[in-house]
Amino acid sequence: MSSGTDKDVEVKDTTEEHSDNSENAKSDSMSKDEAKKFYEEKGLDLSPDVPVKPKPIPAFEKSLADKISSKFGDKIRVDYIRSDRIRVTTKREDIVDVAKFIRDELKYDHAESVSGVDYPDSSEIEVIYHLGSYTDEKLGRQIFALATRVPREDVPNPGSDATRTPSLRDVFYSVEFHERECFEMFGVYFEGHPDMRRLLLPEDWADIPPFRKDFKIKGR
Amino acid sequence: MTTQLPPGMHLETVDDKIMTLNVGPQHPGSGHMRLIIKVDGDYIVSCDPDPGYVHRGEEKMAEYRNYIQNIPHLERPVIHDSSNILYPYCLGVEELLGIEVPERAKYIRVIAAELNRCIYILYWLAIYGIFLGHSTMFMWPAGDRELFIDLLEAMSGARVTHAYLVPGGVRNDLPSNFEERCLRQVEYFEKRLKEYEAIFYQNPLLKARTEGSGILSRTDAIRLGTTGSVLRASGVDFDVRKKEPYDVYENLDFQTIVMKEGDSYARSRIPYLEMFESCRIIKDALKKMPKSGSVRTKLKPNPKGGNDEVYRRVESGRGAIGYYIVSNNRPEPYRVKISVGSFRNLICMPYLLKGEKLGNMPAVYWGLNYWPVEADR
Repeated sequence: MSSGTDKDVEVKDTTEEHSDNSENAKSDSMSKDEAKKFYEEKGLDLSPDVPVKPKPIPAFEKSLADKISSKFGDKIRVDYIRSDRIRVTTKREDIVDVAKFIRDELKYDHAESVSGVDYPDSSEIEVIYHLGSYTDEKLGRQIFALATRVPREDVPNPGSDATRTPSLRDVFYSVEFHERECFEMFGVYFEGHPDMRRLLLPEDWADIPPFRKDFKIKGR
Repeated sequence: MTTQLPPGMHLETVDDKIMTLNVGPQHPGSGHMRLIIKVDGDYIVSCDPDPGYVHRGEEKMAEYRNYIQNIPHLERPVIHDSSNILYPYCLGVEELLGIEVPERAKYIRVIAAELNRCIYILYWLAIYGIFLGHSTMFMWPAGDRELFIDLLEAMSGARVTHAYLVPGGVRNDLPSNFEERCLRQVEYFEKRLKEYEAIFYQNPLLKARTEGSGILSRTDAIRLGTTGSVLRASGVDFDVRKKEPYDVYENLDFQTIVMKEGDSYARSRIPYLEMFESCRIIKDALKKMPKSGSVRTKLKPNPKGGNDEVYRRVESGRGAIGYYIVSNNRPEPYRVKISVGSFRNLICMPYLLKGEKLGNMPAVYWGLNYWPVEADR
């Protein structure tokens, strides 16, 4: 599955961004003091004098991510591990198994939100579940982002085309309304959802799903 | 008839004994949403919430405006709690752009958020009171709300839509002698709040209608992913301000209110008790706040977010509000998803209303602390 964004391990991202910035500063022929002042004014601690320290990967989050990687191996990709936030991408065939593991072994117990993100360039729509925990004291701060990608059709026919993924409603009951919203706004059909009807949109909505990128706001 | 219906559509079977009632979208008892209720005599057999009448596409609009232009319209879903709905957006954008917020601004933001929480809860309490036939409980909160509106007007210049929080701090510093004025009004309000207890919460009529109605068990509250007062009324000790403290909440003295009953009465009492905690937070923050200093880190024009994403959440008057912001190295966010408490609590409406008497519908509905405009976004 190809990835549409440059989401890699976070440490790598920041170093790239930093080297870009310092190059720009050189090409604009700023002196070191000027460059430092420029970055300080931006409120960014990116002055070229200071070497970038990669952020340490937090241990507790790492242990959670290790648990899930050792179970699923190649089936999942850990996108980032930051303090209180973990993001994992999986294929849609495996998402139910991964979600069950997150519920039963990692003790996350509810979904905070289900978001769709449209990537027309790579012809994919990403579905992201943000999961949290009420019962486990240690996980109070944590949000686990579980993402999957589904193919996107240029001429959508919501519910009847290839834009579909298994529903997580039987694993996390709380996704019920969130998935219905994602269905109407992005046209992602959740297979196995018992009540896949529209929620917010009017019954007679006849246009493409409105949160896709090719649905433009008038005048913009 | 074997017509194949397209996905998302369904045919309904009709039962002679069951009557279908549309509560809303214009009915003042439901707010701007519709509840499709089926009744058998006086008892509700099923309820299908139909929100969306005030859907304004805030998330779509956010993709067309840059990070600063997004501020005023993102507070529109719930203008009575405008500071709290902007709060996670500001935290998220600060994380994306790598901005540090000055210490004084952090305290001012907390004060604004708590004042706003009181404004929202008082507004909700007024509506809750009038729909349970208690007109005094409409007049008193609606009047006392002005205390806080005046304070926020002095802070931001606007009565309701403040747009006071911005990425990097707050829009402007506090006016002179704000501290004394705020302290005086908060202390007066605390005295006033105690009178609510006797006239409303100990009222036998309110208790008769709400105690034991619409019970949500602890297990169900967690399974359905409810949040805010609904969750805490069912005995789950979860408040984002305590569990994942943002800005300076970890330095401030307050506690989470939790009740075990899980009925409509507990759900309506928790926001009331939380106002006492908000007053404590405000008084503590006024004491601990640095007396001078910068209140805003200036951003450069059209800041870009890099190829990154954040998920930040805060506790609002209706539960946790989470912002998921995806950025693709442009001045506008690529995608903004707002996960709001009202939308998350909507899922328990069919559960709680099933088996209730129709006349008890407003008590259960408004006890959920549900704000239709926020749920629709």
